[in-house]
Amino acid sequence: MKIGMILLLVLLVLVTLVAWVLLPWQGALGLAVLVGAWLASTRPGRRAASVSAVGISTLGQRLGSSAVIVVGIAGVVGVLVAMLAMAEGYGEMLRKTGSADTAIVLRGASSAEVTSGLDRDSIVQIAQTPGIARDARGEPLASPELVVAANLPLKDATGDEQGSVQLRGVSDAAWAVRPQVRVVDGQRFKPGLRQLLVGRGAARQFAGLVPGHDIRLGSQTWTVAGVFASGDALESEIWADADVVAGTYERGSSRNSVTVRLADARGFAAFKAALDANPQLKIDASTTIDYFSKQSEGMSTFIRAIGIIIGGIMAVGAMFGALNTMFAAVAARAREIATLRAIGFAGLPVVVAILLETMLLALAGGVLGGALAWLLFNGYAASTMAAGSVGKLSFELHVTAGVLWQGLKWALAIGFIGGLFPAVRAATMPVTTALREL
Amino acid sequence: MKYMHLIWASLFRRKTRTILTLVSIVAAFLLFGLLDAVRTSFEQAGQSANGAQRLQTGSRLSFIQALPQSLGARIQQVPGVKAVTYANWFGGAYQDPHNQIFSFAVAPNYLDLYPEMSVSDAERKAFADTRTGVLVGEGLMQRFHWKVGERVPMQSTIFPDRSGSKNWVFDISGVIHSADKKGAGFFDQLMLLHWSYFDDTTPYNRGQAGWYVTRVTDVNQADAVAKAIDALSANSDHETRTQTEQAATASWVKQFANVGLIVTSVMGAVFFTLMLLSGNTMMQAVRERTNELAVLKTIGFSGTSLLAMVLAESALLLVLGGVIGILLAEPLIPAISKASRGMVAPSPVSLGSWGEGLALMLLIALLVGALPAWRAMRLNIVDALARR
Repeated sequence: MKIGMILLLVLLVLVTLVAWVLLPWQGALGLAVLVGAWLASTRPGRRAASVSAVGISTLGQRLGSSAVIVVGIAGVVGVLVAMLAMAEGYGEMLRKTGSADTAIVLRGASSAEVTSGLDRDSIVQIAQTPGIARDARGEPLASPELVVAANLPLKDATGDEQGSVQLRGVSDAAWAVRPQVRVVDGQRFKPGLRQLLVGRGAARQFAGLVPGHDIRLGSQTWTVAGVFASGDALESEIWADADVVAGTYERGSSRNSVTVRLADARGFAAFKAALDANPQLKIDASTTIDYFSKQSEGMSTFIRAIGIIIGGIMAVGAMFGALNTMFAAVAARAREIATLRAIGFAGLPVVVAILLETMLLALAGGVLGGALAWLLFNGYAASTMAAGSVGKLSFELHVTAGVLWQGLKWALAIGFIGGLFPAVRAATMPVTTALREL
Repeated sequence: MKYMHLIWASLFRRKTRTILTLVSIVAAFLLFGLLDAVRTSFEQAGQSANGAQRLQTGSRLSFIQALPQSLGARIQQVPGVKAVTYANWFGGAYQDPHNQIFSFAVAPNYLDLYPEMSVSDAERKAFADTRTGVLVGEGLMQRFHWKVGERVPMQSTIFPDRSGSKNWVFDISGVIHSADKKGAGFFDQLMLLHWSYFDDTTPYNRGQAGWYVTRVTDVNQADAVAKAIDALSANSDHETRTQTEQAATASWVKQFANVGLIVTSVMGAVFFTLMLLSGNTMMQAVRERTNELAVLKTIGFSGTSLLAMVLAESALLLVLGGVIGILLAEPLIPAISKASRGMVAPSPVSLGSWGEGLALMLLIALLVGALPAWRAMRLNIVDALARR
């Protein structure tokens, strides 16, 4: 092949890749339909289809080398999907914790709940701000909460290794503001006592979090009263009476945050305006959905970036594997292809046929990799130190349709590049040389 | 060895195929080099000789709980303790609260316990003389294009001053150079400010220390010293937990992720693919050369020497690609450290990793070469020449 030709192809590949990355699934579907229509209805299309049919029917005889493409791409897609699913699961866990009809109020310029602090006066004023829902007795649904860290022995610890868990001190209002929290074992802690209600996720990670069991926090003994489930990030926490926690951690009457239930799901703007209008308050308010989405952003991007870097390097390997296989396949069929061209087939059907064959194998690889990742990792429990928190967050990997589609896109892109160069070589090789070649 | 030329020639008999296979192998071992460096850095976090000599004492209750300042003098009295220093987490951020920086408020003798950080004498004196002075890691200076002598506004995400404002202003007194250029990751991104200035300015610290760092005289006594330090505050309202820096870092890292498991599963997927790929190449190569191999046999090469030659060819292929891959990983490692701002600071490819890598290359070469080599050995001359 001439150098100019190769450069042109590389350019074409780059343009196609950029377009491909930006393409939504509807676009890809449209493209597939267009190609299908072209194959079925036009003359060169039907020729391409028949040439591909020959290629595909001989795949069985080249099982070993075809498997290189399928397995190689399956590996790339599997790893990529697993990493993206981790980012997805992590972000989802935090996003689920928030909602549009609850708001969290922190001291101004606090990046996270745990670094915020509000004194008693501020808390009272925040609770009296208009826009907060009220309970049957007319009390505002505002829950001042204390967030601290506690060291506890880990379940899979070696020696006396400890992990950090987020301990939330709450009052009665917390149950009304967070209705998703329900006790699944034992009971709630009794106010005023050193009792804990532990999240299901925390109980999974830390040793001794069983109802009726005593655990040590610093020099004190606390009793586990029950286990709660909420289906979100709160599950990774342990809860206790705010006043008792404040005593243990010498926090007095200050709290970290106030979470409120808004009277109207769209009433946040008015609530925030009312807070900002109060000159005595130096606070930041956001809806909890905003707050938790922001917290998850950095870590999700980080995990995703790692996945894309690892997947990218693997993709290079798989791509060259595909190139290798397809060059060999083209070489093996050089005579046959040259014969077709000698009897009047144009180059295009040949190129399309080989591209189709490679992309079909790539698609199989993508589906295989995605399916494996889904089988192995969907729902797989992982945990990490969450951003903006002081405890381990346990979450589950979630292989979503979006993530799978991303994996398939990669697979098809690798197949496209892996097939294009061999296809062009097959179509441009001088017929006489090819016919003579053994 | 005398057949080296022959092996080399047969390897590059089909240039395109060999080069394409090589690139795949290079990619696989590049990934191996990078991931193994990350894994090693996580495993060896804090495992330096300096790290073993230092003990960290924090609150038993949790890492956010501070300790009384009086404890420092009492730790100093514990037999086996050479020096004690203390620090607080400052929680600094530049420009945006999410742009966080590792920043500690430290005691005057903090640097003495960390020979890993080197600061010139003049700059160290300037730091000691400037109340609002800070020492900044080299990487951090570059990241924000700061210069020595510059006044920088910072936010603390935790501590307000007495007027309730979280904006702090510091003067950069000097640069922290990392003594060990290669594993600079963390110290490179660090900012140190005066504990006294910090404590005077914020009403929330009230003379407390976040944690103590102790240097022991004898590494072998470290555990005993740690127990003695914890005994000082037993049954008080500020019980402590003392660990070697090594143990503390290891358990901290483990809370973030089980890096070993992730790396192992990714590498498993990569090498499985690689084996299939290079195995296929070797099969093709030997199948194509059936004729030539038969000729070699005819002129007197024994079956075993053909077996050895095919195996050598596959070993050459793998080692060539593998070595290039790991060599490529070397310059990329500092780049990763930089791009992630010290979050991931892979250590340079160690001798151990090279050893592991080479062992993997040879193992894969053996696995993928075995079948074709066996075929070459059992080749029947008459059948092969007649192309049956």
